[in-house]
Amino acid sequence: MPLIKYIDHSGNEFEAEVEAGKSVMDGAMDNMIDGILAECGGCCSCATCHVYVEEKFLPITGEAEGMEKEMLSAVNDPKPNSRLSCQIIVNQDMDGLVVHMPESQY
Amino acid sequence: MSSNLPCIIIGGSHAGGQLALSLRQEGWTDDIIVISNEAYYPYQRPPLSKALLAGKLEPHQILIRPQALYEKQNISFLFNTSVEKINRQNKRLELDNGNSIDYQKLALCTGARARKLEICGAELSGIHYLRSLDDVEHIKADLNNQLKPQAKPSSIVIVGGGYIGLEAAASFTQLGHKVTVVEAANRVLQRVTAPEVSNFFTRLHESYGVSIIENKQVAEFLKQTESEINRVHQVLFSDGTVLPADIVIVGIGVRPNVELAEQSGLEVKNGICVNEFAQTSDDNIVAAGDCTLHPNTMYQTSIRLESVPNAMEQAKSAAAMICGKQKKYDALPWFWSDQYDVKLQIAGLNQGYDQTIIRGDSVNTKSFVVWYLKNNQVIAADCINRPREFMFAKRLITQKILANIAQLSDDTFDLSSLFS
Repeated sequence: MPLIKYIDHSGNEFEAEVEAGKSVMDGAMDNMIDGILAECGGCCSCATCHVYVEEKFLPITGEAEGMEKEMLSAVNDPKPNSRLSCQIIVNQDMDGLVVHMPESQY
Repeated sequence: MSSNLPCIIIGGSHAGGQLALSLRQEGWTDDIIVISNEAYYPYQRPPLSKALLAGKLEPHQILIRPQALYEKQNISFLFNTSVEKINRQNKRLELDNGNSIDYQKLALCTGARARKLEICGAELSGIHYLRSLDDVEHIKADLNNQLKPQAKPSSIVIVGGGYIGLEAAASFTQLGHKVTVVEAANRVLQRVTAPEVSNFFTRLHESYGVSIIENKQVAEFLKQTESEINRVHQVLFSDGTVLPADIVIVGIGVRPNVELAEQSGLEVKNGICVNEFAQTSDDNIVAAGDCTLHPNTMYQTSIRLESVPNAMEQAKSAAAMICGKQKKYDALPWFWSDQYDVKLQIAGLNQGYDQTIIRGDSVNTKSFVVWYLKNNQVIAADCINRPREFMFAKRLITQKILANIAQLSDDTFDLSSLFS
């Protein structure tokens, strides 16, 4: 299973094995990793699962588009590598993916 | 097994499941038992009327967390079990299976239940409510049985033009059924939105072939004349008209499950009364989710909410309280609804608004905002396919930032400049 690394705003690292087909948000929820609130449960409605994807993985995860992009334009401290983690569906190529979680989600 | 008595959570819901896990995060080391009157680990309720009903998701895909996580955290579940009585003096629960169980701390996450329509014929088969996973499974099974041999679509009558009714209408229509929504008030969503939003949703549904009938009261459900089969066949209205119905869905709101709390002598109004730390009038009992009436400083009143974010966040406060910590719950209420290609996001509560301002074209497009103001301050916003405005609305309301009519209504004005 792909191993995803979640890093919080203080630099603490958490690793989770996330089944392909699940989202990066699911991975945090299923492993009780704080910093991803997921208030809407993963339907791109709340932007409380905001993460920064480490740059080198952006070609694999892709960038935000449409509804997700609009939501991200209005979060605290948006960056070009911002994504909603509920919209990143894990596949084998994402093994080793690193995402950073913003301070505002604590 | 710990030698101390457990913390018991009544209700295996969004709130119940979150509370159990948050207890572990807050350092609770004694046993945790969740008593659920359902047969499943906590699942997402919002998809029931949407993706699950439309057949886009299967039941196992809506579990909030995997079974393995609860097992790893040593959280046990008693499924298909109801609590009949709380004896607060002895800190003991009496269960419907005749057993009793003692608690150290107790959490009430009893949720809400669908309000029943009590009219003649309400007991006929083919009449459904939509609140639980089992409800959806029954509806789907019934639909399969009712499909005519020539695979003609079923006639479905939905009683109640609220969010549940409209979401169900969208799901059924997408499955090819013939849907009629009947609303007693003069417009759908009358209780919760401005007329512009009601009108928009009526037009949206009609464009997909749904028939919406307003100002119409259901009087009786009728079975086939002289038929032995006790199954709904027609809906009779108070004006004497009838509609054919293979299946009826009733979505006329919910009632909080407060009876257990009430019988035990806890303070109860329109919900189990709790403070900002989710504590009830008993030091050993907390409550969280749809069943609670809790203070909200933003709106300076006590509110009862039917929402997932409320359940999840209040549960975290409740878990902290049980562990002797005060974590204030005072979040801005927000809601969402997905129908067809429309995402509605609602920030705040519009109760008591004295002015509405529209941003965008609510008549000819599927993208606009209705701002609700009270004393010139935005108190709520309905955002139709406007996720960016929704995000800003939350900040405008919580930070009490003033915006004038031109700024709110002019689509070319960049709302982000209000925050710099």
